[in-house]
Amino acid sequence: MREQHILSGKMAALAIENLDTDQIMPKQFLHGIDKAGLDKGLLYDLRFDAAGHPRPDFVLNRPERADVEILVAGANFGCGSSREHAVWGLQQYGIQAIIAPSFGEIFYSNAMNNQLLLVMLPEADIAQLMADADRLETAHVHIDLQALRVKSQSVDAAFSLSERHHRMQLERRDMIGLSLTYQADITHFAQRHWEAYPWLKDVALRTRQQLGATPRAQQPVRFGGKA
Amino acid sequence: MHRTLYRKLVDAHTVTQLDAQNVLLFCDLHLMNEYTSPQAFAGLDEQGRQVLVPGQNMAVVSHVIPTDPGAIRIIRDAAPALQASNLRKNCDQHGIPLFDTQDALQGIEHVVAPEHGMVRPGMVVICGDSHTTTYGALGALGFGIGTSEVEHVLATQTLVYRLAKDMRIQVDGLLPLGTTAKDLILMVIGHIGAQGARGHVIEFCGTAFDAMSIEARFTVCNMAVEAGARGALIAPDQKAADYVLARSADLIGPLQQVALQHWASLRSDAGAVFDVEHHFDASAVPPHVTWGTSPDQVAPIGGAVPDPETQAAGPLRRSTEQALRYTGLAAGTPLEGIAIQHVFIGSCTNARIEDLRAVAEVVRGRQVAQGVRAMVVPGSGAVKQQAEAEGIARLLLDAGFEWREPGCSMCLAMNGDILADGVRCASTTNRNFEGRQGRGAITHLMSPAMAAAAAITGTITDVRRLETPHA
Repeated sequence: MREQHILSGKMAALAIENLDTDQIMPKQFLHGIDKAGLDKGLLYDLRFDAAGHPRPDFVLNRPERADVEILVAGANFGCGSSREHAVWGLQQYGIQAIIAPSFGEIFYSNAMNNQLLLVMLPEADIAQLMADADRLETAHVHIDLQALRVKSQSVDAAFSLSERHHRMQLERRDMIGLSLTYQADITHFAQRHWEAYPWLKDVALRTRQQLGATPRAQQPVRFGGKA
Repeated sequence: MHRTLYRKLVDAHTVTQLDAQNVLLFCDLHLMNEYTSPQAFAGLDEQGRQVLVPGQNMAVVSHVIPTDPGAIRIIRDAAPALQASNLRKNCDQHGIPLFDTQDALQGIEHVVAPEHGMVRPGMVVICGDSHTTTYGALGALGFGIGTSEVEHVLATQTLVYRLAKDMRIQVDGLLPLGTTAKDLILMVIGHIGAQGARGHVIEFCGTAFDAMSIEARFTVCNMAVEAGARGALIAPDQKAADYVLARSADLIGPLQQVALQHWASLRSDAGAVFDVEHHFDASAVPPHVTWGTSPDQVAPIGGAVPDPETQAAGPLRRSTEQALRYTGLAAGTPLEGIAIQHVFIGSCTNARIEDLRAVAEVVRGRQVAQGVRAMVVPGSGAVKQQAEAEGIARLLLDAGFEWREPGCSMCLAMNGDILADGVRCASTTNRNFEGRQGRGAITHLMSPAMAAAAAITGTITDVRRLETPHA
């Protein structure tokens, strides 16, 4: 659970390297146009067998692990496809944080933009955390977002976040709203950019028109006009 | 101050520096597909926000479109059909150019965009798809983003962008006969690892890349993300300029001269410092094939499946054991001779006209092996038309291949082109992840020529043995 800057909960170990987003959220769950129902698809092939029955040996399927909120995982967690569905599915399942030696790049940004906390720790700490996670009585972990510290039975380690990600985690900021405060700078930049490189302006629209079709509802570029 | 090409591109697109690690980066071209954009448009609508510059955005229905030969392209399943119609609705509403399901030029976003001159040197190109690194082949900084960033770009035409480090991979020498750009990039990924370029933008340089066609460079940059790279770049040369100019009706007269002058400046300064450098020699690279479930689990065709017992305990051994469990291959099995049941030639890595020509060269005068199903899915409508005009389609059909409509298809199997459990596939795609081409299906990545050779023999085969037909 998360109370202000403290995130504290039960962890489970997924000792798998390069757990890619294809596995975290398989293709058959990508057919929605909204975010609903992705908890069902989370780690589907690991959680369920070919007939759709839960695999009893998979850690998240054990009854005493029903309330896991924090995953401890192998290196390069979330590599591969850019699908943000992986992050939404983890969150809908109830995962608040993932601790691993490293993460896939796009996954890292996606997670941070959705305020899913990712903690990077050295392999040695991860091995200790996994050992703690494997025994139910020590499977509790405490993450202080203000102090950037992870504590379990046998680990007490500092981690780092970029200044911006730290602020987004602490303040739960909307990234777009923040960027729109720069709208005047963006407009000014675009005008200079297109004066210098006019062949870049409306490049998609002009190409599409040259190929003989245009979007049905054309709208003028909003720069310089009224929004 | 000596700058790398990467740094020049970032500087030229920085609206403002946000903090030590992040800039607000202006994006020249934003590509969209039907499965990573819907929630972004929904988010815009919820907030009452508009698309800031519709003409810098472009959408293609690419991942869910069926590829059944000759059929009118109707998506029969309700959910993906809704994704496609929803994309059309969103593009209509916001005035965004679209390559819709019925469009003759329809195809894979990363094939369609550059083949019509939409991608130009010096651009920042982004897309909700990890293989956007492809555009580095034209000296454009391309990278994949997630859906919340798609929404951010639609609203602001910018991204909050975390700066990457610079890596240079220099490869000198020429690839030997029978070896292609795909083999080279597989070799590089095998050496540096699936995380070897994490946090970095790779600049590829050296005579190996100078000698490559633009299409071969697309293959290299496409797969840079499989080494974890945040971007890939090859400094634009005359070949890149020719490629773009041949496809850009607007770049004529004095404007063309200004553009060419600008593109010529897009190279790393002598003395620019890279955080990491790697050197390789192309002249000794044999064809490569993956044996595992990560693109870095790869070996030369003459090699064998590794033995985890000989690897140090830890992540490397664990991932080898994991891969062998999934692929059902015993340690020590020679790669050459492994039986395959399926061949897939397609994807944004290798479904361009040159790839299909390479396949045709191998297939000419031969037949697909008994019991093998071999599919060719061209990257776009334009590629398909070209291949039909050149007689490649006929040749492949006569040899027993399926010649299908364009799309992403079995690369990630979101469109119904999917492999059954246990089927082993020789594939020209970019990912051999567990379940990627179907639950329990096993993917071996290789070049188009190698995939063609596998189709002919029914086993993983060194294409160089087939160089001379009927020898």
